[in-house]
Amino acid sequence: MTESLAIRKFSDLANPTRFLALAERLLPWMAGLCCLLFAAGLYLAFTTEGDYQQGDTVRIMYIHVPAAWLSMMCYSVMALSAIGTLVWRHPLADVSHKAAAPLGAAFTLIALVTGSLWGKPMWGTWWVWDARLTSVFILFLMYLGIIALNRAMDDPSKAARVSSVLILVGFVNIPIIKFSVDWWNTLHQPASVIRMGGPTIDGEFLRPLLVMAMAYTLLFFTLHITAMRNEIWRRRIATQRRLAARTASREV
Amino acid sequence: MSHAFYIYTSYGVTALITLAVIAWTLLDGRARRREMAELEAAGIRRRSSPPVTEGKQA
Repeated sequence: MTESLAIRKFSDLANPTRFLALAERLLPWMAGLCCLLFAAGLYLAFTTEGDYQQGDTVRIMYIHVPAAWLSMMCYSVMALSAIGTLVWRHPLADVSHKAAAPLGAAFTLIALVTGSLWGKPMWGTWWVWDARLTSVFILFLMYLGIIALNRAMDDPSKAARVSSVLILVGFVNIPIIKFSVDWWNTLHQPASVIRMGGPTIDGEFLRPLLVMAMAYTLLFFTLHITAMRNEIWRRRIATQRRLAARTASREV
Repeated sequence: MSHAFYIYTSYGVTALITLAVIAWTLLDGRARRREMAELEAAGIRRRSSPPVTEGKQA
């Protein structure tokens, strides 16, 4: 009984009109909370101590690591949506992965650029083709490919089905990114926060990192819901224009 | 602050990309709202929309 109620509630949300109404109510609160978290995160990022070895460059971690996490989380959200497209043929799932792709590309670009800017003073090089950096670069190219594929086709449902297959094939890259530092000998350090046995970094660095991670996550969901709303509107406008053109041609 | 160039450039680039994505999303939403208002003004409405005036448009 409870399960059927939960499924019904989820189905209700999957209705685009109800989704739009919920988005309208949620977005101002999400945006406000996101600003507060960013203010707190940035305050902590510039007031906490520097590392005894890395000095102040540790502050780059507070933007680099959350961006890298989000780049993978965004792709995972897209993979779940792709399943929604291929299994249930749900239009909201199409809208979800189409809207998420540019956001994922932006977060991946931030992770690549800030990683490079952190690498130069700490590693002595802007870039190396090690397994972690290369797999994240491939993720960035995947995002660009998915965006291009979505824009290459006029029929949105056909574009969604084709890009869903590409998203699911590309999902193999996500565990490769995560475990690349364990499977291969990389210049990039192994995991120090999300790992078996708990984080290995000091609380002084962990606090700003987690606040910034929450701010980034909320920013992603706020922008994702906004972009989904825009895409629903775009499709409705296209349908209305098509119907109006058909009606006009019938009248002539 | 040590390595100020690398730190401020990182934060600057991050702010630039983030603000660009936020602006693009908001401007896209504004453009769609305007398009919907234009359609509404031209009397083109969704079939499922409730009638607004004298039930003429459905």
